[in-house]
Amino acid sequence: MEILPKMPKSWNPASKPHKFCPGCGHGLVLKALGQAIDELGIQDRLVFGCDIGCSLLAWDFFNVDTVQTHHGRTTPVMVGIKRARPELVTVAYMGDGGGYAIGSQHLVNAATRNDIITCILVNNTNYAMTGGQMAPTTIPGQKTETTPYGRDVAEAGYPMLGPEMVATISHEGAYVARGSVAKFRQLKGYLKKALENQMAGRGFSFIEALSTCPTNWRTNAEQTWAFVEETMPKYFPLGELKFPGGKEE
Amino acid sequence: MGKAVRIAIAGEGGQGVQSFAQILTEAAVLEGKEALYIPNFGIEQRGGVSIAFVQIGDEQIGAPKFKTGDIVVALSDRAVRRGQMHVGPETIFVYDAGIEGIEADLPKNARKVLALPALETASRKLHPRVFNVLIMGAVIGATRVVTPEKAKEAIEKRLGYKFEKSPELRDLNFQALEEGINLVAGMEVA
Amino acid sequence: MNGEKPIEGERKVFMTGNEVVAWGALAAGAEIMYGYPITPQNEIMHYWARLGPKFGKRFLQTEDELSAGFTTIGGVLTGKRAFTATAGPGNVLMQEPLSMAEAMRIPTVVVIQQRGGPSTATVIYSQQEVTLTCFGGNGEGLRVVYATASHQELFDYTIKAFNTAWRYRFPAFILGDGYQAKMRESLVIYDPAARGIEMISPEPLVGKTGVPGTDREAAHLRNAFSVEEELLHALGDDIEEYERVAPEIIEYDAFNTTEADLLVVAHGVVFRSVAMAVRELVNQGERVGYFRPITLRPFPGTQLREAAQGAEQLLVVESAYGQLNKLVLENLYGSNVPVRTLFRPGVGITPEEVNEECRALLAGKEA
Repeated sequence: MEILPKMPKSWNPASKPHKFCPGCGHGLVLKALGQAIDELGIQDRLVFGCDIGCSLLAWDFFNVDTVQTHHGRTTPVMVGIKRARPELVTVAYMGDGGGYAIGSQHLVNAATRNDIITCILVNNTNYAMTGGQMAPTTIPGQKTETTPYGRDVAEAGYPMLGPEMVATISHEGAYVARGSVAKFRQLKGYLKKALENQMAGRGFSFIEALSTCPTNWRTNAEQTWAFVEETMPKYFPLGELKFPGGKEE
Repeated sequence: MGKAVRIAIAGEGGQGVQSFAQILTEAAVLEGKEALYIPNFGIEQRGGVSIAFVQIGDEQIGAPKFKTGDIVVALSDRAVRRGQMHVGPETIFVYDAGIEGIEADLPKNARKVLALPALETASRKLHPRVFNVLIMGAVIGATRVVTPEKAKEAIEKRLGYKFEKSPELRDLNFQALEEGINLVAGMEVA
Repeated sequence: MNGEKPIEGERKVFMTGNEVVAWGALAAGAEIMYGYPITPQNEIMHYWARLGPKFGKRFLQTEDELSAGFTTIGGVLTGKRAFTATAGPGNVLMQEPLSMAEAMRIPTVVVIQQRGGPSTATVIYSQQEVTLTCFGGNGEGLRVVYATASHQELFDYTIKAFNTAWRYRFPAFILGDGYQAKMRESLVIYDPAARGIEMISPEPLVGKTGVPGTDREAAHLRNAFSVEEELLHALGDDIEEYERVAPEIIEYDAFNTTEADLLVVAHGVVFRSVAMAVRELVNQGERVGYFRPITLRPFPGTQLREAAQGAEQLLVVESAYGQLNKLVLENLYGSNVPVRTLFRPGVGITPEEVNEECRALLAGKEA
């Protein structure tokens, strides 16, 4: 008899095993999100939007109403849904390219407008689905297909600090945090708080999740884990950056 | 087929060109006629010569803008120059007699060029601010495109909120309209 | 929500086209508008933002037209009549979201008030967004495009666009222009119910009742496919349906076609000049007629071919350099009737100009 790990109830069993590469962090982020959805009992109210890039593979991941959008445009679709039906809980799920490059104006404006939505941005330091190009989050010296000699900051700039930016521009009701798939329980806690913040109608919530991409990093299991657990947090410190009302409840 | 009367009104921002056009077309609609009014508008919000294209007729109006007007009204020196491009051999060109330094710029090809002492009359008898209404009265007097009664109704509709606060403005506007009509009463225009 | 109807019965009004669109959307029961400022459509937002709250309607000013389009899609997905409006360069950006709406059969309604092009050009007027509105995006143009010519039509077709979109689930467009946006003329605004017009009820595509996976299937909406055949299958179904319903959607107007040696073809506000010129020429005994496509997508091709059958020549008149003409030629393929053109890209065309061109053509020479 095959023993399967327990799936969150909100997952769609028909689409499992999922389509992400072995060792990819998306599955962990989506597991944390699934558990948060289950614990909050919002499967019937949640609308999940996924971007282009690897996040699009989540289009049938959950048994929740889901819409797969365009590259960078999940945030405005979720804003549109929330504005029309405020009783729904909306999650915009995107990668670092979608959120910080092509869709950055949407992220900035949703944050400054204090749209009552939750954005989850998966940071794996590269454009993975298109074959491993440099992303806004690629760290200095990191080799990608478009920085084959390593990211030269003089030429290509520095990694984008998304949560730090969002924390600066967002308003009182916002919740902003950076978690990691390497700290699953912490990440799940952040996701849950972000959803709760939306459900309370307080404001914009933004979670960046540090994640893994062994396929494009060309790393083995050990190297992969070392990168996400040790290297990435040096550039992208983990923790909560902004609480509604300015302090933790 | 009854052709629509085409009136182009040109002036400086603040001279009330657009409210002139709006009142005139509102009056026509109240009269049961077909009317169309389109302002010219460009990228700049302020500073240019403002032109309103007005057409009033018995049937649905064709194109919103026209090249040649039956009447072209110019309220300033720049408007005299700008208004010329809408003048043809059938056009009656109306301008304020008080505008200076435009003698050489007056159209040569118009059917008639009328200098109206509108600003002078308004300033002397009423108030300079109603000089556009006075010119509107002259246009109405010359064309009978709408009746004075409907023009008053349209003025009331458009400016009624101001009259509530200062009822003397109503008389001022209505008198300006009458003055304008009287101004052309003796003239051979149409 | 306020239960009061925006318009009771009907009433005659004299207003700008942008105001007409706002009233049309209110009358149609639209619930939310998303928009980004661009001339000459701004006053649609202004009037909606001012009138809307009185009737429980919402408005969101977005960061750009991409967002205006995608937020509109979001609103529509929740089962609300949602719309946006744009023009020119904004219409270019808007094509990205609208291509998604087309792919996913999301019944968006978009009002386009065409301005001069290419690029920033003028904020004033043109008919240069025909190709973009009909075929924009990386797709096949599975849309419905109504080209209006008067304020009455702006009102009528704004209402109709919501019904067409929700009935057939193809994005619907009102193709107006800067002249129609800014000019004032009279029209009758009305409550659709008072005219016996039944509004199609929108239904949610996400956020439906019940727990997905337990009470019902989850909505899994996507526009990306893994393999070519999967795309062909999905797109093939959409194309087939579009072709099937096209005859129900197609609208056109024609006059004196059987008696016409010269058939003049025009759409939108230019049609007004053509109608005036043609009627005047007919009154003077000339053998002229006109054909006006009201829907540019789907295009009334069969009807045009029929109208053109007896004509010795056609004259296509437009404020663009041949965008309508492309549609005409495509639909006349196989006919050998000569097609003449009067193109005035980005500027208005007067009845006099049409009249003059027609007279020259009837006299056997090109003007």
